[in-house]
Amino acid sequence: MNFEIPAFLPAVPEMFVLGMACFILILDAFLPDSRRDITYGLVQATLVGAAVLTLWLAGPEVELTFSDSFIKDPMSDVLKVAVYVTSFFVFLYSRPYLMARGIHKGEFYILGLFAVLGMMIMISGHNLLTLYLGLELLSLSSYALVAFWRDNTRATEAAMKYFVLGALASGLLLYGMSMIYGMTGSLDIAVIASELTAADDTMNVPLVFGLVFLVVAIAFKLGAVPFHMWVPDVYDGAPTAVTLFIATAPKIAAFAFLMRLLVEGMGPMHADWQGMLIILTVLSLAVGNVIAIAQTSIKRMFAYSTIAHIGFLFMGILAGTESGYASAMFYVIVYALTAAGGFGMIVFLSRQGYEADRIDDFAGLARRNPWFAFIMLLLLFSMAGVPPTVGFYAKLAVIQAALGAGLVWLGVVAVIFSIIGAFYYLRVVKIMFFDEPKEDASEPVQPSGALATALSVNGLAVLLLGIFPGLLLSVTHYAIIG
Amino acid sequence: MFADWPILSLLIWLPILGGFLTLAAGRDAPVVARRLGLSVAVATFVASLPLWFLFERGTADMQFQEVASWIPAFNVNYHLGVDGISMPLILLTTLITVVVVIAAWESVKDRIAYYLSAMLIMEGLMIGMFAAMDAVLFYVFFEAMLIPMFLVIGIWGGPRRVYATIKFFLYTFLGSVFMLVALIYMYTQSGSFLIQDFHDLPLGMTAQILIFLAFFAAFAVKIPMFPVHTWLPDAHVEAPTGGSVILAAIMLKIGGYGFLRFSLPITPDASAVLDTLMIVLSLIAVVYIGVVALIQSDMKKLIAYSSIAHMGFVTLGFFLAFYIYSNTGDWQGASLGIAGGMVQMISHGFISAAMFLAVGVLYDRLHSRQIADYGGVVNTMPWFAAFFVLFAMANTGLPGTSGFVGEFMVILAAFKADFWIAFLAATTLILAAGYTLWLVKRVIFGAVASEKVAGLSDMNRREFFLMGLLAFFTLLLGVWPAPLLEVMNATIDNLVAHIAHSKL
Repeated sequence: MNFEIPAFLPAVPEMFVLGMACFILILDAFLPDSRRDITYGLVQATLVGAAVLTLWLAGPEVELTFSDSFIKDPMSDVLKVAVYVTSFFVFLYSRPYLMARGIHKGEFYILGLFAVLGMMIMISGHNLLTLYLGLELLSLSSYALVAFWRDNTRATEAAMKYFVLGALASGLLLYGMSMIYGMTGSLDIAVIASELTAADDTMNVPLVFGLVFLVVAIAFKLGAVPFHMWVPDVYDGAPTAVTLFIATAPKIAAFAFLMRLLVEGMGPMHADWQGMLIILTVLSLAVGNVIAIAQTSIKRMFAYSTIAHIGFLFMGILAGTESGYASAMFYVIVYALTAAGGFGMIVFLSRQGYEADRIDDFAGLARRNPWFAFIMLLLLFSMAGVPPTVGFYAKLAVIQAALGAGLVWLGVVAVIFSIIGAFYYLRVVKIMFFDEPKEDASEPVQPSGALATALSVNGLAVLLLGIFPGLLLSVTHYAIIG
Repeated sequence: MFADWPILSLLIWLPILGGFLTLAAGRDAPVVARRLGLSVAVATFVASLPLWFLFERGTADMQFQEVASWIPAFNVNYHLGVDGISMPLILLTTLITVVVVIAAWESVKDRIAYYLSAMLIMEGLMIGMFAAMDAVLFYVFFEAMLIPMFLVIGIWGGPRRVYATIKFFLYTFLGSVFMLVALIYMYTQSGSFLIQDFHDLPLGMTAQILIFLAFFAAFAVKIPMFPVHTWLPDAHVEAPTGGSVILAAIMLKIGGYGFLRFSLPITPDASAVLDTLMIVLSLIAVVYIGVVALIQSDMKKLIAYSSIAHMGFVTLGFFLAFYIYSNTGDWQGASLGIAGGMVQMISHGFISAAMFLAVGVLYDRLHSRQIADYGGVVNTMPWFAAFFVLFAMANTGLPGTSGFVGEFMVILAAFKADFWIAFLAATTLILAAGYTLWLVKRVIFGAVASEKVAGLSDMNRREFFLMGLLAFFTLLLGVWPAPLLEVMNATIDNLVAHIAHSKL
């Protein structure tokens, strides 16, 4: 048996993040609470370093390594950078929140960093097991993050729900993978695809059976209806900083996971999974948008809005065209950017003993701080898909993908639900601009520090990317089409 | 020498950037905000004049074109240009914005810098929409202007402003998203978002009907047509004076512009099939809404309903074309109807702006819009009364005012189509006279109604200037509409020639 030393170069960013995570883990154990900022700084530096490494290695060529279980292609480059950027903003937003509540612990950042590593592996996995390992690393870190404010009963409850349902989903995923392995005889994504093409018998029952389990597991992880039950509870129960984390970057990784499994692996069975995704899309759009109207908690409202956004994401993928995948990728990056800003705004308005997680807490923000009311307005209109914010182009792109695949009716359904969606975003705008501030929160909001700056950058990015959407769209097209 | 300048870009971005500048510089200094806002508005108006003087008459080609790549992935370009339909509307926009900024001088007291910047940003967006030659660019401007208008009504509006503004936003959003689907569908068929390419895109009958209905959803809401007009009275009543003026004078025209730019040339066969529907809805707007206007007790609501009735005339003029052709066999009459609709739009821009300003003048003094609270205003405000009567007469279509020209052309065209259509359309002459003159009688004439009315002071110089300005244009267009018609003629003839060819 000849043993070849694999090429390590494509995986250098992963190795770097892993090494740094271990190093920070040990270092953090020796730091007193007052020096926790060192941990924070190192974690952010790690993200920057990983971004530099990824960009340095980026290129149009596709490289496989570790016995073809790891892939580096343009898609992985772009998505990883998106994950770093989102996580960087998330950690930046989280720090003041954690400090105000006396839970500024190293665990938060270290678990976060391990989650980032999990996401990177999900993005670069080219083998069912690699993908599964990445997913589990992300999931286990996320469960622990949700539970990490251990004195908070709601957070603990949310973590329990998250863990039980997440474990169930992982089980389903493994079951589906084993079916597919049984039918194709390989764990390698490329081999599975070629076996399926050669088989030319896509109505093979065990294969479809396995596919159903895969789709269900993915829907679980992304929170698509009818597998969405955990989303509102976890988003609402988790500390806002953690909600911010699990609502943003992991969606980007989940998109990559979906691309690797369904598109690259099960691509020949497109006709089969397209139908499943159509059902998930319509249900997610309907349930997410309609139930969001009834919410009084802004975190729950965003949770349902996320569900609706997942519906849009699926719409780009189910088209089954390269421009469809690119549009879905654009959608997920835009979503992560906007959601980070939205949850960041909740963090910004909250303070010790006051979570600012009711929609009413935003009342009169335009009087308390016009600038941040404007930033929030941009973020909300972007979620609603109103130009000139970037959210519009995301919706334009996925609807175009659906229409390009001949699914005109799906486009019409999507826009009808986006009108319903516009209502609850507008309601928040209305509360911010037209209502008077509440008595217990009427003093002007004093912007301070990095959080305020980052939030402004985030909000303006939504506007600037909306005025000049060409660049990001070209990047996503490059990532998928080359 | 100006012809090569990017005038259209200047017209779009000068007010938008000027709006942000006004906001930044005038946040805590109302005086600075007013001066800066007015300078920007006037500068934009002056910058728009070359469009009129350098516009090449006698050609239907797009002029002052600018092209730059914008979203290469979807083949979307920043492509601007104007023709005889859009150029007059852009000038109307720049003029009315000046009026609105001056009108806000004293009547808006709360956060004036925000108000003015919203108005200026809206101006830029509306000009962008009229000048866009790319469908995505058009849509972006079309939707983006909802945001400032939403805030203007919601922040500075009347007691029920929140209800009105959310209704306004959702109605318009509802209409426009269907248009978006139609635009994307045509992109998947043609591979281009250029509106010109959509004009030449062959489409089957089913596709045309669906696309027509999608456009109908967008533009019928905007213009607005019966039965989707109900947002307008609410929005008008609750909006501040400037908001009402922008809404009536320009935003409603966007619907009419959309019919000419999209519906008719892109789906001529569907338009031909569905023109009866459009004509019936237009006539309902003229007759039924005219009757509804009669019974209003709120001045703004009355003018709002009168706007709907006048817009019914516009859509009537546009969609008579096919009737006239099947009746007379030539397309000459069709041009007449469309040109009449266009003149009516411009004229209504001046008249409705003036009417809403007049109500604003009264409202600033008495804080009431109820007709019953007034009476005998002529005794205390003679100058105001004179202007009010003039604009009321223009609103009823008195010859010599701009209101007459458009209505006359449309009715003339209607006679070529069908006697009964013309008959019903002509009832507007009675109905409009009815509700407008009755309004004049109750508000202006009669005995002085109350002590408050007795204490009214006449218009100040600022208000006088605004009214005079609008009166000038109303009369000018009334006695000498030829220059306007000359600008539009080639474009409209070209449009009619285009819709004469079936796409099937």
